[in-house]
Amino acid sequence: MAATILHGVGATTALSSINYNNSRRSLPERKRTSLVIQCDGSLSSGLNISNNRGAKLSTNAVATKQENVTASTTSKPGHELLLFEALREGLEEEMERDPHVCVMGEDVGHYGGSYKVTKGLADKYGDLRVLDTPIAENSFTGMGIGAAMTGLRPIVEGMNMGFLLLAFNQISNNCGMLHYTSGGQFKIPIVIRGPGGVGRQLGAEHSQRLESYFQSIPGIQMVACSTPYNAKGLMKAAIRSDNPVILFEHVLLYNLKERIPDEEYVLSLEEAEMVRPGKHVTVLTYSRMRYHVMQAAKTLVNKGYDPEVIDIRSLKPFDLHTIGNSVKKTHHVLIVEECMRTGGIGASLTASINEHFHDYLDAPIVCLSSQDVPTPYAGALEEWTVVQPAQIVAAVEQLCQ
Amino acid sequence: MAQLTHRASALHKSIPAVLFAARGLATASTSPITVETSLPFTGHKIDPPSRSVETSSQELLTFFRDMALMRRMEIAADSLYKAKLIRGFCHLYDGQEAVCVGMEAAINKKDCIITAYRDHCIFLGRGGTLLEAFAELMGRKSGCSKGKGGSMHFYKKEGGFYGGHGIVGAQVPLGCGLAFAQKYSKDESVTFAMYGDGAANQGQLFEALNMAALWDLPAILVCENNHYGMGTAEWRAAKSPAYYKRGDYVPGLKVDGMDVLAVKQACKFAKEHALKNGPIILEMDTYRYHGHSMSDPGSTYRTRDEISGVRQERDPIERVRKLILTHDIATEKELKDTEKEVRKEVDEAIAQAKESPMPDPSELFTNVYVKGLGTESFGADRKELRTVLP
Repeated sequence: MAATILHGVGATTALSSINYNNSRRSLPERKRTSLVIQCDGSLSSGLNISNNRGAKLSTNAVATKQENVTASTTSKPGHELLLFEALREGLEEEMERDPHVCVMGEDVGHYGGSYKVTKGLADKYGDLRVLDTPIAENSFTGMGIGAAMTGLRPIVEGMNMGFLLLAFNQISNNCGMLHYTSGGQFKIPIVIRGPGGVGRQLGAEHSQRLESYFQSIPGIQMVACSTPYNAKGLMKAAIRSDNPVILFEHVLLYNLKERIPDEEYVLSLEEAEMVRPGKHVTVLTYSRMRYHVMQAAKTLVNKGYDPEVIDIRSLKPFDLHTIGNSVKKTHHVLIVEECMRTGGIGASLTASINEHFHDYLDAPIVCLSSQDVPTPYAGALEEWTVVQPAQIVAAVEQLCQ
Repeated sequence: MAQLTHRASALHKSIPAVLFAARGLATASTSPITVETSLPFTGHKIDPPSRSVETSSQELLTFFRDMALMRRMEIAADSLYKAKLIRGFCHLYDGQEAVCVGMEAAINKKDCIITAYRDHCIFLGRGGTLLEAFAELMGRKSGCSKGKGGSMHFYKKEGGFYGGHGIVGAQVPLGCGLAFAQKYSKDESVTFAMYGDGAANQGQLFEALNMAALWDLPAILVCENNHYGMGTAEWRAAKSPAYYKRGDYVPGLKVDGMDVLAVKQACKFAKEHALKNGPIILEMDTYRYHGHSMSDPGSTYRTRDEISGVRQERDPIERVRKLILTHDIATEKELKDTEKEVRKEVDEAIAQAKESPMPDPSELFTNVYVKGLGTESFGADRKELRTVLP
């Protein structure tokens, strides 16, 4: 059964925990011109929805949050695997379940995928369903989108996210906008995935973070996986979604090992993951930086701090509900990301949190991002382009003064 | 004219004329008439089809009516644009009607057509109504894309029409994707991916062609060569303006795009080829009377003599009119009556479209995402979020 969480138009309202009467500050009285359509299709205007919302709240909404906690409540023992195997498992389960699901990309078939995510699938499903494309990102992404228009569910793999810059026109204009410009006639259930991020001395062109370039495209969703558990869940959710989803993986995370449940599970594309609850500071992160944050968290705990770490997972749209709840608790926000400083995910998130939760902040939001430089080849320099745990510790200490 | 040679030999053609005393258009027969195309086909790495095309009086009358309707629609759109009821970009197809009408005669609705921005008439051919077209042009709710697409974004899912695309050349890889899906589901249909002589120089076209040829996708790439890429003549943009040859290893056919019967023959031939052997390129030699779009007068890069010359000698509607008259399928007056009917139909559709309401403000935010495992977001700041959990 579908459960719904409705977020407030005033943006600071949560569901049950805060009611309008005794919030410690009044909602900013802004003129609302946007209309709200409730999930039963009825229209209501801006500020009147508080009455309905209690009725719409379902306990399922809270219960599913447990999915985000790495499985320890399952009855079966689970199985251990690496992140790329988790991706493959998710992909294979979906291909088994739905004959419309197909894969296309460079070296995904006979070679088995440059990161082994599609290994063995071509033998099982054939060359048409696991399609080895020539090196023509623009046109095979376009082909995937065209196929998606007819009802197929392709998964387009970019060998490295950076190569998808060549397909930017197709992703922006056709993938993101066709559902809108056709008045809802066509949907594009495509998944575009690939590894990005700074690796081990791969050089500037192979260490790009494209989340910032794609985030403004209307009509697409973006998610970033960071653990085998959420990799499999997000892959399955992305394939099942009728919207175009860009799934960002990271080159250095493919060999992470984790025990995941045996039962089938699908995660929500729009939810963030609570990695470590705390009360002093909200640390928002995603992808590889999650691990730098957790490393820093160890040091911080020893120093007496209690950071709350949230893996935002959903880069577009942001899970402002989870983030908001956290901000209201801790009143301090630190964003740690691998994206570029200028116009990155952190920049958008900072703006978003400032706009919605400004009254709840005791200090300005601190955003730690990668430096605005092409990633250098030299190891030491490369290390300094990304955020290191020591910097995170220092930032938290300063923030919490 | 080739038709004249038939007049003498086809004595039996006048028999239906005698049998049907009341020779109204409703009694047009489906008995085959064979007509020769005005020009032979030129093939590249393929044997071209025969010049003799089988048609019928009913079909010719349908051709005439459809093309007259499209011509009338485009002229009306011209006036609407000048009256500022249509804004933005408006690319008109008059002169090129034979391409889409001939294509429709050779295929069915399971076949897919995808084209660029000069899409009004192709939309009509695929089953779109005049009301949907005019309403969309005027940005009204009853438009085919609910007013949210505009002139360059007409789509008709039930008719197998996949748009309507503004970026030059980007629709060709999409077309190959449609062909891929057709091969994947094995449904014996083909895709016609249309583009212009300007788009023929896009890299993604050759990428898509390579993939289509590699996997034998049932894709037919149709180059509507109207000889001008906006203001640039083909010889100034392409080293080799023989677009049907540019596929290299992919066979090609050059077709007189102003002759609806030639187009029909070529498309039929191409469909058979594509289903068996993979992609083929069709170059339609055609011409547009209007400029590139409504903001282009169309006379700065070509002479008025050229335009009127083509209109006199190669106009597709006139050609069919002559065919109908020489085969005694209808009288001059009946054809004029058809044109009047068509004009009335278009005027009524415009009147209806003008009455149609503008889209609701809430429509700004609908259809950004599909409901389901997605979010409904409102406003650039996503002040309202609704998540549906699986």
